[in-house]
Amino acid sequence: MKIINEMRLDFPAFAKNEALARLVISAFMLPVNPTLEQLADVKTAVSEAVTNAIVHGYRDKCGTVRMHAALYENMALMVEVIDRGCGIADVRQARQPFYTTQEGEERSGMGFTVMESFMDSVEVRSEVGRGTTVRMKKLLDAREGEPIARQA
Amino acid sequence: MLLYEKRRSTVTVRLEGELDHGAADKLRPEVDALIMDPSVNRLVLDLSALDFMDSAGVGFVIGRYKAMARRGGSVAVTGADRAIDRIFTMSGLYQIVERLA
Repeated sequence: MKIINEMRLDFPAFAKNEALARLVISAFMLPVNPTLEQLADVKTAVSEAVTNAIVHGYRDKCGTVRMHAALYENMALMVEVIDRGCGIADVRQARQPFYTTQEGEERSGMGFTVMESFMDSVEVRSEVGRGTTVRMKKLLDAREGEPIARQA
Repeated sequence: MLLYEKRRSTVTVRLEGELDHGAADKLRPEVDALIMDPSVNRLVLDLSALDFMDSAGVGFVIGRYKAMARRGGSVAVTGADRAIDRIFTMSGLYQIVERLA
């Protein structure tokens, strides 16, 4: 499938950059007129993946988080959130609802569940000591609702 | 600055902007300082000016619920938009937190 646009954003694993990642992915999607719901879904899923990278991937040190996104001719959006942090020993366990490694820190354990609910597909590749890549896809065709431009 | 109102035993806090992991870390001590007052037994979170919330916000609400429940108090929310309402429903928060009109 032909790529119509692509971007990469590298930023340090600071909590304030969760908002930056949401802004950038919103701006990247806007030209294809997603619905408000699709925009909210992607923003939330990206926020979850970036927060995981910052809170879990780089829990002992700071490092770089990369967001890589591509838009395809068929209006499919692909977003990867990549860290070179500590990695996940058991990805299947990590994806269980309410699973968290930080019980005392008020983590909800819902990050992967939110990503899976809001995106069409979520793939997780992780290696302990090497880092984690979360690759998510969502079709942004306007069939589910009216595009933002027509709601104004 | 945190916007809140105290009426008898109820504290209503108005959350604004975006409630993500970074914002939750900042908000937590401010809200906890308000509900530390032993005369408070109900916390109402007004979400009508909240534009975004992810699962870090769910963790924040669960934490405040636990603090209130420990002393027999309760938490309620109002004004959630559609996206935030979906997060509340998905995570089962409405089983422990009352949803006001």
